[in-house]
Amino acid sequence: MSVKLSTRQVGDVSVVDVAGRITLGEGSSALRETLREMVGKNQKKILLNLGDVSYIDSSGIGELVSGFTTVTNSGGQLKLLNLNKRVKDLLQITKLYTVFDVHDDEAGAIRSFA
Amino acid sequence: MERSLDSTLESVDHAEDLAVGLARRAGFDEEDLMKIGLAVRESMVNAVVHGNRYNTNKKVRFSASMNGSRFTVRIADEGEGFDYSHLPDPLAPENLLRTSGRGIFLIRSFMDDFHARRLEPAGTEVTLVKFAVSK
Repeated sequence: MSVKLSTRQVGDVSVVDVAGRITLGEGSSALRETLREMVGKNQKKILLNLGDVSYIDSSGIGELVSGFTTVTNSGGQLKLLNLNKRVKDLLQITKLYTVFDVHDDEAGAIRSFA
Repeated sequence: MERSLDSTLESVDHAEDLAVGLARRAGFDEEDLMKIGLAVRESMVNAVVHGNRYNTNKKVRFSASMNGSRFTVRIADEGEGFDYSHLPDPLAPENLLRTSGRGIFLIRSFMDDFHARRLEPAGTEVTLVKFAVSK
């Protein structure tokens, strides 16, 4: 299995726990569908927990950007939580690290939406 | 090693595994293995998706070798050719939020050498090089 996505609600923030690989194919399309579904349900505060993401490629990075744009354009906020070194390095080298609001602590990330 | 691979996403995974396996046996550390793996993945995706367009009648030629300190991977598709010399800069402010266009940039960032050439009558071959002593 390439990727596993599960969603939970913490107050008014929707947390998406992502595990596995976000690569071209099933991984990136699953993330895209989940985020579109959440935006469709008018969820405005979305926190992507990437702590268990083992691998991400340029397609996966593109999906993060796409999700960010989709949520932002709908008037919501998408933030990232628990980036491992690999994901963090890729976001830094592509200059996207400063585009996203990145957190290392879930409680702090939840509070930042207020 | 040389392989003729189908134009599928499974071939992308297979080629990455082959390249990383050979590089691991050649002594590259985990950081370099990650870079080699991702560069090979991005190159294979270009060959399968943009070059051969998943055409089941077209193959991707993959080869990997270690010669002294030089680790070389070659990936060739049978597509219509791709101009690698005129690509938008993915780091330019106006391109930062594009959802694609970072693959070649990552390959160039992670490998010590990268070049592409058109093949006759059709196709594109890319060569990726990583030196074991590059650190």
